[in-house]
Amino acid sequence: MLTKRIIPCLDVNAGRVVKGVNFIQLRDAGDPAELGRRYSEEGADELVFLDITASSDNRQTVRDMVRNVAREIFIPFTVGGGIRTVQDVQAILRAGADKVSLNTAAVENPKLVEQVAQEFGKQCVVVAIDAKRNGKSWNVFVKGGRQDTGLDALAWAEQVQELGAGEILLTSMDRDGTRAGYDLELTRAVSGRLNIPVIASGGAGSLESLADVFSRGNADAALAASIFHDKNYSVQDVKRYLQEKGIAVRM
Amino acid sequence: MQMESETVVIIDYGAGNLASVQNALDKLGAKWSVSSNPAEIRAAKRIIFPGVGSFGSMMERLRERKLDAAIRDAIASGTPFLGICLGMQALFESSEESPGVKGLGVLEGEVVKFQKGKVPQVGWNEVKARGNGALKSGYFYFVNSYYCRPKEQKIVAATTDYFGEFASVVSAANVMAVQYHPEKSGRAGMEFLQRWLEGPVADGGSSSC
Repeated sequence: MLTKRIIPCLDVNAGRVVKGVNFIQLRDAGDPAELGRRYSEEGADELVFLDITASSDNRQTVRDMVRNVAREIFIPFTVGGGIRTVQDVQAILRAGADKVSLNTAAVENPKLVEQVAQEFGKQCVVVAIDAKRNGKSWNVFVKGGRQDTGLDALAWAEQVQELGAGEILLTSMDRDGTRAGYDLELTRAVSGRLNIPVIASGGAGSLESLADVFSRGNADAALAASIFHDKNYSVQDVKRYLQEKGIAVRM
Repeated sequence: MQMESETVVIIDYGAGNLASVQNALDKLGAKWSVSSNPAEIRAAKRIIFPGVGSFGSMMERLRERKLDAAIRDAIASGTPFLGICLGMQALFESSEESPGVKGLGVLEGEVVKFQKGKVPQVGWNEVKARGNGALKSGYFYFVNSYYCRPKEQKIVAATTDYFGEFASVVSAANVMAVQYHPEKSGRAGMEFLQRWLEGPVADGGSSSC
């Protein structure tokens, strides 16, 4: 049986992991490769590295980081943030990433999703959707959540699946950073509408919230950042809890 | 973990991102080279064939480079051969992904599409080894929309359940092929690769499957 995936997300600024990750005895708390390895050893199923560097002359730094991570960890990892062109994608994949995550660039140029899927295969195309509730539906936001596109999140998710997205990374902006639990309604709506996996993001808090996103939200994977970085729980703790609740995980 | 081993030739047919396999072999201390040269494939002591892309485009690229015949010859001469993902599917006769395109036909059977669940299957699934050979059961990372349906059950070395059982590992004489990505399957994957690397080398005379 295919297991549900637990995916820690690490924010990277200029090649360094930011936000507190409280592993003990780290030689270098900001080293993406070392942190990635620790999470991998803890049982993480995949990793996401999100480049939040504001400056645009950061490309080489990101590629170097990807190369270093790929030499250290042997589970799949996705790189997102600032990827605008097929050339950007190619460089990230060649450096050793398994998947790229496209967000703003996909909205501005949906053909990019199609081109990347054709060139490198659907399996490496993750489309990130930042969704915010708007009455009974959800709107897609871009530019780090600052700009409302007016697009309906469900319709956009279907469109990118058609274009060749291999997975959706679905973030609830209403829940992001709150630890109040994932937006189960949003996750269930998108997952039910699509035939590709949905990674739920935004709102991870209690252990129950992680069980809920699978059992009630029908997510295929759950992404979390602060609960792991702050050491509220280890990946192992989460997986043990899920297993007790009858959710299939890789132990 | 430095191993006393012959160089592994990784087949490059111009489609793939080979970095993951190279990194995994580096980590295990194995020597490797990348080749798209039929003569080098025929002379190889050990071959890994990681496949990516679509079945049809892979076969076209293999034929353009005359790698199809080289792979068949290498396998027939007894060279230990590991096919990964699409590199497993290539060994069979045909695939629903690209009707009318002939596979390498080293193994009898066809490649068919998943009919249930989300497609592709993405994530970690359980590989259940049959018998008590060198293959170990465990969780491995899969990304596949298609799976192999061998004609002969006896070559099925392990199965996996995705809305029904499918052959996740086949093994016949010097040929081993896996639907999952050992190079992305953490410790279980690295151990699998290491055991394969430590397995018997070509004896130059044995026939294949």
